Amino acid sequence: MFKAKAVSVPYLIWMAIFIIAPLVLVGIFALTDAEGSFTIENLSGIGRFTPVFARSIWLAAIATAICLLIAFPMAFAISRMSERRQNLFLMLVMLPMWMNFLLRTYAWMSLLENNGLINRFFGLFGIGPFQMINTQGAVVLGMVYNYLPFMILPLYSVMTKIDNSVIEAAQDLGASNGKVFSKVIIPLAVPGITTGITMVFVPSISTFIISRMLGGGGNLLIGDLIEMQFLGNSYNPHLGSAMALVLMVIVLFTMSITSSIDSEELEDMLI
Amino acid sequence: MTRSTKSSRAYLYVVFTFLYLPIFVLIFFSFNKSKSRNLFTGFTLDWYRQLFQNEMILRALVVTLAVAAIASVCATILGTAAAIGIQGMKRWSRFTVMNFTYIPVINPEVVTGVSMLLLFTSLRYFLNFNMGFGTLLIAHITFNVPYVILSVNPKFRQLDNSLYEAALDLGCNPTQAFFKVILPQIMPGITTGFLMALTYSIDDFVISYFTSGTSQTLSIAVYSMTRRKVSPEINALSTLIFAAVLTILLIMNFKDIRSENSKSGLKKKGAERI
Amino acid sequence: MTKRILSFIFAVLLTMSFFVSAETEYETDISYYEKFKDQNITINVYNWGEYISDGGDDSVNVNSEFEKLTGIKVHYTTFASNEQMYAKLKGEGTSVYDIIIPSEYMIARMIKEDMLEEIDMENIPNYALIDDQYKDLLHDPDNLYSVPYMWGMVGLIYNTSMTDEEIISWNSLWDERYFGNILMFENPRDAFGISLARLGYSMNSEDPKEMEEAAEELKKQKMLVQAYVMDEIFNKMEGGEAVIAPYYAGDAITMMDENPDLAFAFPEETTNFFVDSFVIPKGSKNKEAAEMYINFMCEPEISAANAEYIGYSTPISAAREMLDLDEEIMAISYPSVEVIEKSEIFRELDPEINKLMDKLWTEIRSYNESANDWIAPIFILSLFLASITIIVVRAVKKKRSVQ
Repeated sequence: MFKAKAVSVPYLIWMAIFIIAPLVLVGIFALTDAEGSFTIENLSGIGRFTPVFARSIWLAAIATAICLLIAFPMAFAISRMSERRQNLFLMLVMLPMWMNFLLRTYAWMSLLENNGLINRFFGLFGIGPFQMINTQGAVVLGMVYNYLPFMILPLYSVMTKIDNSVIEAAQDLGASNGKVFSKVIIPLAVPGITTGITMVFVPSISTFIISRMLGGGGNLLIGDLIEMQFLGNSYNPHLGSAMALVLMVIVLFTMSITSSIDSEELEDMLI
Repeated sequence: MTRSTKSSRAYLYVVFTFLYLPIFVLIFFSFNKSKSRNLFTGFTLDWYRQLFQNEMILRALVVTLAVAAIASVCATILGTAAAIGIQGMKRWSRFTVMNFTYIPVINPEVVTGVSMLLLFTSLRYFLNFNMGFGTLLIAHITFNVPYVILSVNPKFRQLDNSLYEAALDLGCNPTQAFFKVILPQIMPGITTGFLMALTYSIDDFVISYFTSGTSQTLSIAVYSMTRRKVSPEINALSTLIFAAVLTILLIMNFKDIRSENSKSGLKKKGAERI
Repeated sequence: MTKRILSFIFAVLLTMSFFVSAETEYETDISYYEKFKDQNITINVYNWGEYISDGGDDSVNVNSEFEKLTGIKVHYTTFASNEQMYAKLKGEGTSVYDIIIPSEYMIARMIKEDMLEEIDMENIPNYALIDDQYKDLLHDPDNLYSVPYMWGMVGLIYNTSMTDEEIISWNSLWDERYFGNILMFENPRDAFGISLARLGYSMNSEDPKEMEEAAEELKKQKMLVQAYVMDEIFNKMEGGEAVIAPYYAGDAITMMDENPDLAFAFPEETTNFFVDSFVIPKGSKNKEAAEMYINFMCEPEISAANAEYIGYSTPISAAREMLDLDEEIMAISYPSVEVIEKSEIFRELDPEINKLMDKLWTEIRSYNESANDWIAPIFILSLFLASITIIVVRAVKKKRSVQ
């Protein structure tokens, strides 16, 4: 058996300094005040920001649900195609993802404005204009648009493994299309669903760009609040660290129910 | 059956319209004569000309490419070495190290960003350095290494150990055996890891935002542009990036099909972001 | 159009002052600016967004003119508000930059916290050109740390095609008829200043009660506000996305240039008068080059080019005389004595009040009508417990199944 433990030492040192130490610092900052003395005020004061936390969880949950609804049939349709077409369509799904995230979000800004293209289009039929930008709906739309591929891809990768013969067998045994879906396809797709949920929910709940660009600053999310405390308009890294800790708890929770923390699974998905 | 194929095709078209409409609108208005973002007044290539004269963007492009290249090379070396070492560890230490390795992957980017910022802020009490290219590079290496480890690790699981033993039996010393037998076997994982690290670095905004100091990456330049008076230069930039990505993907896809390994290749890119 | 003409005039003037008339007035200039030539120095300049003549619309690109003249490279980045700049400096250190251009109250705070270098005025001969009324100001009484760049006032910009009313008061920002069509400052000091002034208090109030009251009003206003903006305002007002917003007079002129429907008014209540100045942060590595940059920016031609492009008001009379502005613009950029007398300059506040303001501001921004304070902590605690339980249960199950 080949063994060479020593070569990982540089990484272990790197990890201690740049992965573990920063997180410890977040903890220390969250539990101290500007003078450096211990306090739990930062954490207990989080309650003042309940609306933001509630809004973040709520909007991210809606976005995740919509992504799931759109992506499920999509992934299934792609997984039933011929191999060459599958590749083509997968590429089409991924192409927008490779474009800069900020540019994609910016594109929606010009579409959703009061005088934007969508309202102009409605204007042709004499309806509108609707207030679309700077609303919560716009924020959800931004999340769905940016993270939809993260839902399609894991779903697709479990669905390609579903053999057509399994579906046919169910049909032969008299299952209706609906039954096939609920009894065969959905259960087999569960690992993809849970992965997809994590991959959409986590970035959605922590974003601060989407809410800033499409939400107009009136629909702050946790990410905005954290950014505000570090590089924004109210400098207070101690409060910001406390918020970051809370965000980590929420993510930990999502992870634990969707179990994506399972290491082997994560590796399988990557490769 | 045909009806369902038709409806599923229609559905695909709708979703793809949703995915591509905004991008095509961006591209379309990069050729607009006036600055308006919703009235097309005539064709021009002026914005492209201005883009190439925009020093801020060009400098940002250089910074982005330099950081991405250096960070992904460093991360690949560091990560491969780490994966090799982790392989030889006992179960529990392995488990612990791997769990810490996942942190940058699963932690929200904002948290990683601010935690690095806190680290650099605190370190400045002891050391005299400025935040800038150096800190940006460190941050990028840090969030890249896990992806390299995660893509090299499974290759070790698939490793055929008897080959290594055979090499030793045939008189190789362990170092020779490593380079002749093991490295070629884990090479695909290393390449994947490297490419993933490269893509991440180029695309990253949030972590760079918190750690970049005075140096600007392309993402940060775009961010500051969208916050201000928006000029169609940004549309021109989008068009160029889109064209570049499309070309790269087409070439890769073409190669994939030829090597008949297309599916796994695509999936690698697909799970790009965990 | 005016910008193009001005840039032409500028080019002529520049040549004249530096080369033709070098023997008279600006005798020392060329040798002064060539001191660092070929030394490959780069200075980091940190300025507000849209706050310099940058070559857009055929204007003068001030930074590249400076580079050409002196051989010093300018690395130019921007911030959106004083507070954001302060946070960045606190996190990343002051020595990153060589020049920053904050407003007076922030300069006072930075002096107090020992974040600034003293400027050597000997190196800035053009300091003499700055009008006396912009010197010896409260934030820097001995003129040790700052050199004025531009000054201006805050007022209301509104779209006349979307309202028939003549806007004359901060109250319009709380007017329900403009529901969803109001933009508001995205920085605490300006937002609180307006709220306080509207309530009849001083913009520099240090009374916690008055601050709380102002915060209550801002919370009420939030319902009506479409977005909180800084530099984003240009697109939104120019594109007719909102009816009314408070903003800096100079930027209002720029926006009115793009969209003729826009109008600007000073409110009948108190408004803010501000002076933004160059400062050199502590630990700057190229202090003398930075001073050269400041001096360059105080050249009347350069100051005029900047003032022309950004619409703000220059503190250098010689520069103002070069500007050819029509009366309407003049009344906004250089308002009458009565308007200025009614205004208030921001003072540095007591640190406790600053802290209170930051806290209240975060609260306002996260405010939502219907919510209880205790839900979040309980919710998060239960989330945490639940996730631990799930992980433990899973681990136990796994162990069992292995056995």
